[in-house]
Amino acid sequence: MVYLTRVEHFNAAHKLYNPRWSKEENEAVFGLCANENWHGHNYDLYVTVKGEVNEDTGFLMDVKVLSGLVKTYVLDVVDHRNLNLDVPFLAGKMCSTENLAKGIWEQLEPHIPAGVRLHAIKLYETPRIYVEYFGA
Amino acid sequence: MDMNRVAADMNRVAVYRREHFNAAHRLHNPAWDEATNARVFGKCNLPHYHGHNYELIVKLTGVPNPDTGYVMDLKVLSELIQETVLQRFDHKNLNLDTVEFRDLNPTAEHIAMVIYRLLRPRLPGDLDLEVTLYETDRNFVSYPA
Repeated sequence: MVYLTRVEHFNAAHKLYNPRWSKEENEAVFGLCANENWHGHNYDLYVTVKGEVNEDTGFLMDVKVLSGLVKTYVLDVVDHRNLNLDVPFLAGKMCSTENLAKGIWEQLEPHIPAGVRLHAIKLYETPRIYVEYFGA
Repeated sequence: MDMNRVAADMNRVAVYRREHFNAAHRLHNPAWDEATNARVFGKCNLPHYHGHNYELIVKLTGVPNPDTGYVMDLKVLSELIQETVLQRFDHKNLNLDTVEFRDLNPTAEHIAMVIYRLLRPRLPGDLDLEVTLYETDRNFVSYPA
């Protein structure tokens, strides 16, 4: 078994705000992150796939293909966007890093080629905060 | 060569404090139509804002105080940046939530210039100030230049 990781990055705005709660409750729980007019981050995304090496190519999977999948199904949807307003796979969900990592997994997983499995989504919100998701 | 000047320069030391803040913004020139804004600023013009983890490096240059050995107490500098810059910009929308960018496009260049102008009057006059601002790992600016 070999693990292969592609690193990508994107910039986005968001806020942490639960519409079922009052403004005061949101501020008590989410602090500055509840700011009404959004704030934003440079996200760093690590996508790891796993499987056996193909004898003919020496590859687990062509990393250019993996990069293309991440671009099409993730970056084109989230980069320079407002996560709360613009991203269909987060509609109706809290825009936390946890939910974003799970959402990215669900976007990518159906497109991973046969014989290769998605292993992990690691998502940095800041250089000191990251989330890992390994599937359900 | 003025040897006295060279000798004086050899006593000068640069000290740095690194801070960071997260903010939303968009690049938009209200004097232009939508098509021109989209062409010039691309994705950075998208209407619902995007955001960055900004890294701020404040550089002060001067002669260490003979009593303390400090160019400036970096704890004091840190608190000054906190009060003057971070409380204004951290977790804010630069376009909507700050007076500084109400009528000024919040490019990295402009943000660095604004931070310089906010800090300069709060710092001792005999220290030189330089502001470096990273918008992403690979895009950064410094002021003055």
